[in-house]
Amino acid sequence: MTSTATSDVRVPSAGAETAYAGAPPARRNGLVAAYMGITALVLALLMVFGLLMKASQAGVITIPPNRFYQLLTAHGIGMVAISGLGGAGVMWYFLSRYVDLSPAILLANLVCFLLGVVLVLGGIFVGGFAAAWTFLFPLPAHSQGIWGAGATASYLVGVLLVGVGFLLLFLDTGRAIISKYGSLGRALGWPQAFGRSTDEAPPPTVVASTVVTIINIPAIAVGAVILTMSLVNAYEPGFRVNALLAKNLIYFFGHIFINSTIYMAVIGVYEILPTFTGRPWKSSRPFLLAWTATMLMVMAVYPHHLFMDYANPTWASVLGQILSYTSSLPVLAVTAAATLGNVYRSGMKWNITAGLLFASIMGWSVGVVPAVVDGTIAINRVMHNTLWVPGHFHTYLLLGVVAMLFGFMYFLGQMTGAVDGALDRAGFWMYVVGSLAFAGAFLAAGAMSIPRRWAVHLDPWKANDRVGAVFALVVVVGAIVFVSNFLRRVRAVAA
Amino acid sequence: MEQNIAVLVSAILGTTLLVIFAAVARSAKTTASPDDIASATARWRRTVLWTLVLLFVPVIGYSLTKMPYPSGGQPAVITVEATGHQWVWTVTPDTVPVGQPVEIRVTGADVNHGFGLYDASNRLITQTQAMPGFTNIIRYTFDSPGTYRILCLEYCGLGHHTMFSQLVVTSAK
Repeated sequence: MTSTATSDVRVPSAGAETAYAGAPPARRNGLVAAYMGITALVLALLMVFGLLMKASQAGVITIPPNRFYQLLTAHGIGMVAISGLGGAGVMWYFLSRYVDLSPAILLANLVCFLLGVVLVLGGIFVGGFAAAWTFLFPLPAHSQGIWGAGATASYLVGVLLVGVGFLLLFLDTGRAIISKYGSLGRALGWPQAFGRSTDEAPPPTVVASTVVTIINIPAIAVGAVILTMSLVNAYEPGFRVNALLAKNLIYFFGHIFINSTIYMAVIGVYEILPTFTGRPWKSSRPFLLAWTATMLMVMAVYPHHLFMDYANPTWASVLGQILSYTSSLPVLAVTAAATLGNVYRSGMKWNITAGLLFASIMGWSVGVVPAVVDGTIAINRVMHNTLWVPGHFHTYLLLGVVAMLFGFMYFLGQMTGAVDGALDRAGFWMYVVGSLAFAGAFLAAGAMSIPRRWAVHLDPWKANDRVGAVFALVVVVGAIVFVSNFLRRVRAVAA
Repeated sequence: MEQNIAVLVSAILGTTLLVIFAAVARSAKTTASPDDIASATARWRRTVLWTLVLLFVPVIGYSLTKMPYPSGGQPAVITVEATGHQWVWTVTPDTVPVGQPVEIRVTGADVNHGFGLYDASNRLITQTQAMPGFTNIIRYTFDSPGTYRILCLEYCGLGHHTMFSQLVVTSAK
């Protein structure tokens, strides 16, 4: 794969550009540039946190357990949140071509996000909160004196504030979509998918954004419920919540939100990759059916996180396994197939933007395989909460959603006339190969039954950790190339 | 056994996908009719879809017969009570005989823990969550004597990685 100058890019048609609605381009670009600039910085920082943790487990450096678990908590919640922020930047940038979105709401989300992040980081690194990003009830209020109620409150309120910002954003996308298309069903292309309508279906960006809107509103509401109950419990221990119910609420919220970050970011693939291949991404009937199926499945599949909670209803676990398998169908049979068909013998010339976006669908598709394997109850029995789990989610997050975000950043840069250089190409290969090898080391560790979220590893596990740390370093260096590149271009992007 | 299946399936299918993506990336420099490619893509999509469906149905059906959840049938003769505390396990009794069904009743005294049972070669053989307010039951028959380690598999705070215990399985007399 070689990199070439910006002349390789077939710029979106004038028709698409004139279809922009709402905010003037300068303000829109400035806000999106702010979203992606913050995303780039935070991604780099959190990747360094990840590298430090892996190096500590390998015995290369020493991080005390309390600090390790703080880093673990910050890395987890930070990656979920920043993937959401970056994904929202991608979605908003392209969705604003089709519907009239509010830049004030986009700004409000960013303000809530930043305020929330300050509280979360304060709770973790000042207050010592380290209950992992999943904050499983009642751990936030049971630290054995390691952190206090104030730290718990700071973390929980911070996450709540971030959620409020995203809720505002999704209410606005829902408003704008309904204003343009009349109903969410029409925006999902249901008349074309299930009826006999011969009208042109809504574009892929609108369909995906509608799904993201529909699934996130209940997810964030449910997340707010368990965050609030945990907050009350921190100050009033007599107020208790059923621990199994709490887990169901947390994983319903968490599973939907993190998956929606991929659904937001993949919009960049739909919009940008065709500018290289000259083959428009169409809302075909299979595409529309796949997105509706995805919408329903992502809201019902979360019990696969609870297979080892034997007290959870067995029917829920069976449903979780079946939906874990069927959830792979839209990814592999529709998104991956469409991406391959879009690129195959297209005569396109590669650059970093196209390479990252193509690699992101590869990462998403490959990561689905060990995830589905882990979604088998009989196998989950010996894989759950081992390093197999970060193995599969790093494949489709690091080489999926994050690659999509970096690809979008390069796209914004090349729109300003910037050209990729040798360092960018080196960064690309370091990032792609490093991510595959890093995730592979995690999967191998899971197969060795090494538990996840352990600050200190036993000696027999450290060889695997050292391999993982080396490839984590390779990934971080590649990511720093991307981030520094984008930050150099961000002022031009904003303009 | 299950770990080997997981690795084998993931390696074969994951590598296949990587090869396909790499081949398509290399093909991109050549050109072909978009209409031809579109119809070929539709055929491939149908093929992939039905292949996966035909693969999934028996795999799901068979694997659901191997769920670890306790059901009716013969009650176990030996019962072990295992409770997770921050950050220690209490396991009573901590010795059981080989070859007899054992019922391990697992709960959490304070927060969520994960009861992970490892064999002598440090391979995870079964697990369940140790939850406050609930008792999760593992039914297991040990087929070889030895010392089985218990590790915590759900993050439970600062001492999570220090939660080791053991269950000794003795030879039949």
